Amino acid sequence: MSGSKYLLFLGCVIPYRISSYEISTRKVLDKLGVELKEMPEFNCCGFPLDPINHDMMLTLAARNLCLAEQQNLSIMTLCNGCFGTLNHVNKELKEDEKIREKVNGYLKEIDMEFEGTITVKHLIHVFAQDIGYERIKESIQKPLNPLHVAQHLGCHVIRPTKYVGFDDPENPSVLKELIEITGAKCLNYMDEMECCGAPIIGVNDKIPLQLAREKLDHIRAVGAQALVTVCPFCHMMYDLNQPRIERTFNEKFDIPVLHYPQLLGLAMGFSPDELAFKQLRVDASRILTN
Amino acid sequence: MLKNEKTQEKEMKKEMMLKVSDIDPKFKYEISKLPGAENVLLCFQCGTCTADCPIARFDDFYRPRKLVRLVQLGLKDKLLSNDVIWLCSTCFTCIDHCPQDVGIADIVRALRNLTTREGKMPVVYKEIASNILKTGYAYVIPGLRLKKREEEGLPSLPKASVENLAKLCDITGLSKMLEKVRT
Ligand code: SF4
Ligand code: SF4
Repeated sequence: MSGSKYLLFLGCVIPYRISSYEISTRKVLDKLGVELKEMPEFNCCGFPLDPINHDMMLTLAARNLCLAEQQNLSIMTLCNGCFGTLNHVNKELKEDEKIREKVNGYLKEIDMEFEGTITVKHLIHVFAQDIGYERIKESIQKPLNPLHVAQHLGCHVIRPTKYVGFDDPENPSVLKELIEITGAKCLNYMDEMECCGAPIIGVNDKIPLQLAREKLDHIRAVGAQALVTVCPFCHMMYDLNQPRIERTFNEKFDIPVLHYPQLLGLAMGFSPDELAFKQLRVDASRILTN
Repeated sequence: MLKNEKTQEKEMKKEMMLKVSDIDPKFKYEISKLPGAENVLLCFQCGTCTADCPIARFDDFYRPRKLVRLVQLGLKDKLLSNDVIWLCSTCFTCIDHCPQDVGIADIVRALRNLTTREGKMPVVYKEIASNILKTGYAYVIPGLRLKKREEEGLPSLPKASVENLAKLCDITGLSKMLEKVRT
């Protein structure tokens, strides 16, 4: 079976502190026949600078897109924020001549030009649309049967609808289906689409911690043994920050937070060590008993 | 206690009092020229955005509906000096739910960009900008982390072309802005 090939756009937060996501993704995609090429000379997607200078955001994103055009390969991101930004800018520059001219004016300074020849995908699109549920199903060796988890999809992989157009943002089902292929059960809970709040960490920490606390509370209420994410920022809010949430609100959660490729990898027969389970802040060994 | 409540009430009244001279009647047109904010005049104050905003649920002052109204009224100074504009977490729920396609998150971004132009921004953005210019990444990735990548069998990270990023920073006007920033 000939597999597809992507340029892997890592972004900043994964190499900075969430390599468990990268490690597990590479393992799982390799086994599923998806080839990854490293992005050369890339820079931050641009998202964090949008609040202070929209043009710089557009230009940083466009530079990354141009690098991918030079390789003649489409981009796959692991981060919702990177996906949202690169996909939005890619579509805007393709459709809006005025903005394209402006950005190309900036890019001329570094001898680059946006041409609009590639597309941008998030890992979850590659799973659902390129590899497909059937092929993933065939790869399952150790179904995770008695495990009950909850999903957190995050915002930028699905909103704004007019730029993404994938799944139903009010009642998303793709990640749920991907989870259930592993044999785990994906439980419904209140406010599944609520934002993790990570983008305003640093400006105001109190609100994101409250948002994250509420999510952990809601998934605990339905009896989920773990939360499953597809974004390093969301993951950071629920996993890395979980001890801080527990201290702030004087409450114990102890809910492991897995990257989807970790969950899938387990079901494919990889060992927890191969999937970097040890790097998770909240110990996940109790869900690994069988 | 009672006294306290009275002064609070007085302050609130003062806060609600508007002088015609505070109004910049052309502000809404200035905003409506910015990308994503074109429909700012179409807001009919239904309140859907505030009702569905996760930040409004946890903050007493952040109200997207109100922000749009202040733009329409032309209360530029009040808006640009208000720290609440930095609270939007860009979840884009409002963009998907607004019946008038107003693009609130884009309007908030436009307000932030204007504030930055006047030399003000939360310190975290200055740090991120300086990290990107120094390394290409929003965070400075420690050398230890880079070594660990090798041990973990991960490919090494490419070096960003810092000279090119500096050029882009100059031409988009970000460099000038950063010089102005007092935070
Ligand atoms: S949802 Fe749209 S129309 Fe309604 S108040 Fe908010 S911006 Fe205005
Ligand atoms: S994008 Fe911002 S204003 Fe809109 S709902 Fe989300 S946090 Fe609120």
